[in-house]
Amino acid sequence: MKPTMAREDLINPIWKNNPVFVQLLGLCPTLAVTNTLANGIAMGLATFFVLVGSSTLISAFRRFIPNEVRISAYIIIIATFVTIVDYVLAATVPGIHKALGAFIALIVVNCIILGRAEAFAAKNTVWRAALDGVGSGFGFIIVMLMMSGFRELLGNGTLLGYHVLGMHWEPWVFMILPPGGFFTLGMWLLIFGWYRSRKAAGTKPRVWPNRATLKVERSTREEVTV
Amino acid sequence: MKQLFWIFISSMLVNNFTLTLFLGLCAFFGISNKIGTAIRMGAADTFVLIMTSFVVWILNRFILGSAPYLQLISFIVTIAALVQIVEMLIKKTSPTLFREMGIYLPLITTNCAILALAIFQTNRAYNLVEGLVFALGAGLGLTLALILMASIREQLELADIPALAKGMGIILIVAGSLSLAFMGFAGLFSS
Repeated sequence: MKPTMAREDLINPIWKNNPVFVQLLGLCPTLAVTNTLANGIAMGLATFFVLVGSSTLISAFRRFIPNEVRISAYIIIIATFVTIVDYVLAATVPGIHKALGAFIALIVVNCIILGRAEAFAAKNTVWRAALDGVGSGFGFIIVMLMMSGFRELLGNGTLLGYHVLGMHWEPWVFMILPPGGFFTLGMWLLIFGWYRSRKAAGTKPRVWPNRATLKVERSTREEVTV
Repeated sequence: MKQLFWIFISSMLVNNFTLTLFLGLCAFFGISNKIGTAIRMGAADTFVLIMTSFVVWILNRFILGSAPYLQLISFIVTIAALVQIVEMLIKKTSPTLFREMGIYLPLITTNCAILALAIFQTNRAYNLVEGLVFALGAGLGLTLALILMASIREQLELADIPALAKGMGIILIVAGSLSLAFMGFAGLFSS
């Protein structure tokens, strides 16, 4: 029983319960820093580190944090890890640090991290919280790869700076500009929606996000689900 | 004076926080289904932005000079405190609005637009007045984006969309088109 549970903690958030594509959290960095693959990878790794670190630490401290000030406590823990990442990136890869700009600091307010802290790390053992952090982090990295790879490939004809589509490729500049981000994410969501409704052929295709659940969430305010 | 005007226009239209810089998207997608709520949310956001700008200026001027590594933590704690105050204020003065905003009110704390404003303001070394104008512009820009999105979404409710695209898919495409329109403002600066 136990190993299955651990495996689910790790595997579930990667795809089935993906933080961005399914839960629609952490949209800001997903759209803002995915204009080149290098930026996307750096952002994915930075978020991964913060997610694993803060999930583990919050879970370790869960008995000592009073319920009333838990969100502030979580945010301070997260901000500490983000400060570490910020300084490490500035020291090791200054070019990427500059390209990501304020978005490194903004990892603090990435809803994925606070969401996992509140929904999972605060209620589970350190081991499970760490696994969940690793899973969610991988899920986020996959999204960043899918978004930034697609955008750089079409917007510039390159991947990591190497010309993939040949020198004659006419770049779709629009893809690396802000609207391209919205359209790319919209396209992925449509593709997954199509895939899902195909899979569930015969039954009614699911409306996504479910209106009813949204309403329920809004009415149950005391449960702070991020 | 001219400088202030350009800061205002830049933060409201050219570098619109929501549609060009991708800040505060959770609230943007979460609460933009009714115009009325969108306006109130925009107002609450603007208020928090202006207060943050003021407090961050104080922090930068008097406290953080000697301890730059505390920047992020002190900003986020300040913002959390401010949002708490706004929340109590709204709860006392307008319980209906409090209920309507629901979870999104405390979530202003984790609205990236607020923290981003604090960081931009610090990086660009704005003085007090410039900072406040920047915050006002950003807040109005955010409100504008929210209202535009809410108006479109109210129409979308009645539109005949393929079942597949209903929900987030079509909303993202609409947001992309809005963002495309806002890119037109980028030409303002060359003139």
